[in-house]
Amino acid sequence: MTIHASRRDVLKRGGALVVSFSFAGASGETFAQGAKPLAITEVDSFLAIDARGVVTVYSGKVDLGTGVATALPQIVADELDVPLNRIKLVQGDTALTPDQGTTWGSLSIQVGGMQLRNAAATARAALLEEAAKRLSAKTEDLRVVDGVVSAGGKRVSYGELIGGKSFALKLDHAKPAAGKDPKGYKVVGKPVPRVDIPDKVTGRFIYMQDFRVPGMLHGRVVRPPAIGATLESVDEASIKNVAGVVKVVRQGNFLGVVAESEWGAIKAAQRLKASWSKSQMLPDAAKLWDEVRATKVVKDEVTSNVGNTAEAVSQAGAKTLNATYDFAIHTHGSIGPSCAVAEFKDGKLTSWSASQATHNLRKQLATMFGIPADNVRCIYIEGSGCYGRNGHEDAAADAALLAKAVGRPVRVQWSRADEHGWDPKGPPTLVDLRAAMDGANVITAWESEFFIPQQTAGSFLVSLVAATLAGMPAADDIAPGNIFQNSAIPYKFANIKTICRRLASTPFRPSWIRTPGRMQNTYANECFVDELAAAANADPVEFRLKHLDPNDKRGIEVLNRAAALAKWDKRPSPRRDQRGEVATGRGVAYCKYELTRTYVAAVAEVEVKRSTGDIRVTKFYLAHDCGQIINPDGLRNQLDGNVIQTLSRTLIEELKYDRSAVTSLDWASYPILRFPQIPELVYDLIDRPNERPWGAGEPAAAVVPSAISNAVFDAIGVRLRSVPYTPDKVTAAMKGAA
Amino acid sequence: MAQRKSLNVNGKSVQITIDDPDMPLLYALRDNLALHGPRFGCGLAQCGACTVHVDGKAVRSCVTPLSSLTAQQKVVTLEGLGTPQRLHPVQRAFIEEQAVQCGYCINGMIMESAAFLTRTKNPTEAQVKDALANNLCRCGTHARIVKAVMRAAGA
Repeated sequence: MTIHASRRDVLKRGGALVVSFSFAGASGETFAQGAKPLAITEVDSFLAIDARGVVTVYSGKVDLGTGVATALPQIVADELDVPLNRIKLVQGDTALTPDQGTTWGSLSIQVGGMQLRNAAATARAALLEEAAKRLSAKTEDLRVVDGVVSAGGKRVSYGELIGGKSFALKLDHAKPAAGKDPKGYKVVGKPVPRVDIPDKVTGRFIYMQDFRVPGMLHGRVVRPPAIGATLESVDEASIKNVAGVVKVVRQGNFLGVVAESEWGAIKAAQRLKASWSKSQMLPDAAKLWDEVRATKVVKDEVTSNVGNTAEAVSQAGAKTLNATYDFAIHTHGSIGPSCAVAEFKDGKLTSWSASQATHNLRKQLATMFGIPADNVRCIYIEGSGCYGRNGHEDAAADAALLAKAVGRPVRVQWSRADEHGWDPKGPPTLVDLRAAMDGANVITAWESEFFIPQQTAGSFLVSLVAATLAGMPAADDIAPGNIFQNSAIPYKFANIKTICRRLASTPFRPSWIRTPGRMQNTYANECFVDELAAAANADPVEFRLKHLDPNDKRGIEVLNRAAALAKWDKRPSPRRDQRGEVATGRGVAYCKYELTRTYVAAVAEVEVKRSTGDIRVTKFYLAHDCGQIINPDGLRNQLDGNVIQTLSRTLIEELKYDRSAVTSLDWASYPILRFPQIPELVYDLIDRPNERPWGAGEPAAAVVPSAISNAVFDAIGVRLRSVPYTPDKVTAAMKGAA
Repeated sequence: MAQRKSLNVNGKSVQITIDDPDMPLLYALRDNLALHGPRFGCGLAQCGACTVHVDGKAVRSCVTPLSSLTAQQKVVTLEGLGTPQRLHPVQRAFIEEQAVQCGYCINGMIMESAAFLTRTKNPTEAQVKDALANNLCRCGTHARIVKAVMRAAGA
């Protein structure tokens, strides 16, 4: 058989290439912004049950590859007593889903899931009340199985009770409806297989990068060769030989091409000749930390203040310890570069993207184009994992700008260099720490200063590249995320002062990358605690336990369980019994996330090659308490991600740049961890079904850099205080110590 | 200049219309044939997300010009390897091990592993890791991917 299929044929036929959105059997087109309840105080914003009993869950929190598209329905299934396969999930569509905030900060289950649980519990109570009337029974005598309520031999289904009608019930998330007794859960707490995996392993899953709409063109951006460069001229004749070019779009310093085919757009973007002004706005990379230290401080935020540290430090006989830690600039490094589709029609913009914050993106696009937010609809489609605010929103702005310019839907796919070069970065972090110790090795003071960029305004809107380049309206916020978190410490010393010195600027447009601030701050804190333990000649686990709040039983338990899991070798660090080429060591780290939630403790085992400075992490143990576990297999999968991704960041990753722009524009110049470097992973999951669930997408990442640095110290007696721990730095540290 | 190009994809002869004979195979598969298994990751043969089989060998479709392929060479994508109803053992193992996070790299992991297992029957874990050393995953699914490949090897 011979199939004739040109791109045009496929588009014409629709079918495989064109996806249409359906909502409760209707076309998505009929649901304009504002037609469906969206307030988080309404049951109807979260849930709808049709006549067949199919439950549609509307979630503002989206699945970024974390498995919440399975876990969130698990929560609803148990609370409503409906089977999982009768639940449909709609995610991140500003016309359909409530604004539950950005999908970040390990809050999808903790906040998003609990709002859904509240909505489901409220809906169930109302359904049972109605069923009791219909069945002439008392509510306590009702049984619910798979969405069918029965009593005294009579039955009525949810579909019959509510089918297609609205609940019109209010929600108060501060006082949630009484949910089920966790003993009655059938799917919560179970390792339910993820709903998306069969399609993902057979090529059936539609990622953002696969999404197409009829009549769509392909766009590519041509970014300036230097940050801050001005576009001087464009030679459109340079691409006259590229077939299918529709338009070269130039607006201010924004430059892009639109073509009939994707390959045409790629070739046009590669070949288009443009001249740009010179620009050297970036600091000398070799002097980054001097630059950070010299940056104007706009605000000092004291994040904890106990006693009087200055007095304790100047106390006669006090021994002081000082250390400075730094953490490199990182990129998100999604395997699939950012992608978006946009369509302008009758003054209204529809934007499809993998944005983790479609409600925020809607506001930003409305501002950028000077149109009312009601005329913008942003729809989430899962893309390649983003690990924070990467380039998805920027691609959405690029696509919208190009779509407006050509009057047809445009898909923008970033290149690898666009992604590495232009996604916002995790800002450089510099931390000074000081402690005082009395003659009896008692820690009398802890002081720290975190040099981190400010957060302007409370909006957390990371500026859009296209708006900036094109000179279009935008709120030019600096938005690195809540990076002050975990600057304060979980340990009880007599005098403590921790300060975030907020910097006026940072070299690259900052944003949040997995465990933002919490990772960098915990790294410095947990390494420095280890330094204190060593100075006090104490076992690092015992030293921590001694200084934790004795009333914080869960913290103490998680640390003890990590030590037990790793068969912790109790003794002060470093080991002094090794002379050979390969030295081994073990290190511990502990974190209570944001000092309010998920507890995690880790033990890393490492091998260090003395001649080369190579670090191999051989085993990584984690004890993890995030309260009620919704899906233990999903949790383990997330822990793998936390550990492995952070090992990569800790051991290898560092953005490279010259005075003009990012120079690490591919995987050769910005390498990440590969299979042969993966350690054995061992977990102890502490399930607490009667506690509220907390997040798990980030906390375990917080302990990785410090556990490794502490293990290296144990092995070779040298402190690593600069992430990444490259062989060069290890070798230099050994020379410095010798 | 639009021209016709014949290919053999997933067991069928297909003819596509292209402007550039040197267009990489990836774009023919994704844009002309609407296949979603092979993915664009880097365009530089560095990450492996675009991997397909050509005559049974794993190749990076993002750097394979159409002009290098004949109509007889058998191109197989993730869709052709197995379907939800008739899963390839490697696909089945990835489901059983739940070896996916975002899944964007998984096409490459499965295609690379499937080709590897046809030439290495009882691999060690270290051999699997070496075979996948040039496939990148950002989510940190590596440990499960290795388990899935070992499971498929034992199937």
